[in-house]
Amino acid sequence: MTDTGVKRATPNLRSLTAARVSLSMSGHSIATSEVLEFQLAHAQARDAVHAALDTEAFARRLCDELPLARQGAEVLTLRTCAADRVSYLRHPQMGRCLDEESPTELKSISCDLAISIADGLSALAVERNAIPLLAGLLPRLAEEGWTLGPITVVQQGRVGVSDAIGERLGASCSLMLIGERPGLSAADSMGAYLTWEPRADRTDADRNCLSNIRDGGLNVETAAERLMWLMKTARTMKLTGVGLKEGTVNSLLDG
Amino acid sequence: MLLRHTINSVTYRFDGLKELLAKATAARSGDELAGVAAKSAVERVAARIVLADLPLRAFVEEPLVPYAEDEVTRLIFDRHDAPAFALVSHLTVGGFRDWLLSDHATGATLRVLAPGLMPEMVAAVSKLMRVQDLVAVARKIEVVTRFRTTVGLRGRLSTRLQPNHPTDDPLGIAAAMVDGLLLGSGDAVIGINPASDDVASTGRLLQLIDTVRTRYAIPTQSCVLAHITTQMAAMKQGAPVDLVFQSIAGTEKANASFGINLGMLKEANEAARALKRGTAGENLMYFETGQGSALSANAHHGIDQQTCEVRAYAVARAFDPMLVNTVVGFIGPEYLYDGKQILRAGLEDHFCGKLMGLPMGCDVCYTNHAEADQDDMDSLLTLLGTAGVNYIMGVPGADDIMLQYQSTSFQDALYLREMLGLRPAPEFEAWLAGDMPRKLGAPMQVQGIAAS
Repeated sequence: MTDTGVKRATPNLRSLTAARVSLSMSGHSIATSEVLEFQLAHAQARDAVHAALDTEAFARRLCDELPLARQGAEVLTLRTCAADRVSYLRHPQMGRCLDEESPTELKSISCDLAISIADGLSALAVERNAIPLLAGLLPRLAEEGWTLGPITVVQQGRVGVSDAIGERLGASCSLMLIGERPGLSAADSMGAYLTWEPRADRTDADRNCLSNIRDGGLNVETAAERLMWLMKTARTMKLTGVGLKEGTVNSLLDG
Repeated sequence: MLLRHTINSVTYRFDGLKELLAKATAARSGDELAGVAAKSAVERVAARIVLADLPLRAFVEEPLVPYAEDEVTRLIFDRHDAPAFALVSHLTVGGFRDWLLSDHATGATLRVLAPGLMPEMVAAVSKLMRVQDLVAVARKIEVVTRFRTTVGLRGRLSTRLQPNHPTDDPLGIAAAMVDGLLLGSGDAVIGINPASDDVASTGRLLQLIDTVRTRYAIPTQSCVLAHITTQMAAMKQGAPVDLVFQSIAGTEKANASFGINLGMLKEANEAARALKRGTAGENLMYFETGQGSALSANAHHGIDQQTCEVRAYAVARAFDPMLVNTVVGFIGPEYLYDGKQILRAGLEDHFCGKLMGLPMGCDVCYTNHAEADQDDMDSLLTLLGTAGVNYIMGVPGADDIMLQYQSTSFQDALYLREMLGLRPAPEFEAWLAGDMPRKLGAPMQVQGIAAS
């Protein structure tokens, strides 16, 4: 056997994190097997970005797998102004506004919460994580007496579209569940964004976000619990965004 | 002022400096998205021809955003050092490019000139420069900053060790930290992007880095890159805050979308300085920027994204920061479409920041929805090393498992140091040569750190 110069790293820390620590090296460079593993992960992430969300099928799953009727919530499928993936990627504002047909389906009903689910940059993320998260969140919402608007499933959507939807529905608060940028280790990370008094002109500073919701990241049960805390606090403080921080205002709720 | 040029009997007119700058900019998707880019390749060159003849003084006479409307513009004009500017005030933008490339523009001269340069002048000249010009002029400029290490000395290359973890798990973070430290990473800062932006976990993560730093006597500084208000709250609760981080942009409105203003940056800077935690110096602000951030907040005032970016450097400059880096490819393909656009943007940002007098680093990076890969990063990395970049990122295997993007690995930094004969910061280099790394590499150290 020829010595190729590849050395295993010591100590081997691989069991302690999903990060690419303790890589085998040759000289100062990363060994062949590790380089190919990285390229494969990148190829999988690239493919995930371009996969489509079947909104009709997903809407049926929501109705079948969650007790929505009991909470009086219907499901609507919507499209944004971005007709396809390329215009979605190159023109973010198209992903924040609804196409011409969609708004007619949305009537103002003055609900407490408008929940939207969008593909974002990973349809896989919402297909895997949105329903389990809602399974944990909906009973909590019912317990706290929150009324729900229709749940909207949005194709080619960005975060901001949930505020446009929430505004149309006359909701006090909007919640967006959306596929995050696929990474190499996980192509199925979902983000949750919360806006008090949603309006189309809201910015990131007005929102609270929980990120990396997935198996192996932030688990859905913890995410549901934290979201409920944020929503209750938002209702008490009448705001979301940089003015609302987890872990700083317990007294408001305890009192 | 008439801004026009005729080519083959077609006259190209430009309505003001804003339009001229935007149309002279190398093609990029963000300017196309904003509708400010040149409509054709010839119009772009026509804009550059007009820009080359424009006196630098024009930027002192015409603010791109009205003074009354924008605190960043007020900062730029109020802090403009006219005596320093006098050195080049007679030049056109094209003449300035030639002068920068000449032997007259030494590192010492450029340091004296820096406060006389407005960001718009710097952006303008960069638009006339080729990649090799951006490298050659930046290389002349040495910007040195100090906290516990000395970063930016000629012949040195530092790294930010970035041991992020998707759930802020102490064991996972400690493992990435130890891996990086043993591979010579972390002399610019050990900086964690927290998964959740709250005071308690910010405090816990700061304590975790501080424990490693003190237990193994590592000369470096720490940072948890939460929102500045979260870091301030943690500081008030007694958390060990070394560097104070914030993302910044080039207009008041864009900064507002980040939930900040200049007053908040000033307050945070003063509060952290009062802690007196630096041993080698007291530069302690850490700013991150990136082309496209103003447009993404719809706060660009019709200015092209590269000029907006340099205006962010005017914000950074007001606080004598320890570290500034452009997170060049993080924002996505709607602003920088592919490897070619990311490469040029990274070199522009580094050059412009250095000319403004800033300690520039670069997060050489891309996301999975951009048309780029690790080959593009290798090219930018090698060029930035040649240009004298102060620091780059050190991420395990170049794969950030929390922020979901690809940056540079510990091994990338080793490659660059070896190829270009660069060394770590002197304090950190001495630590690497001592006995502590061996102790850190012993079995069960990571578990011990995480448990403490």
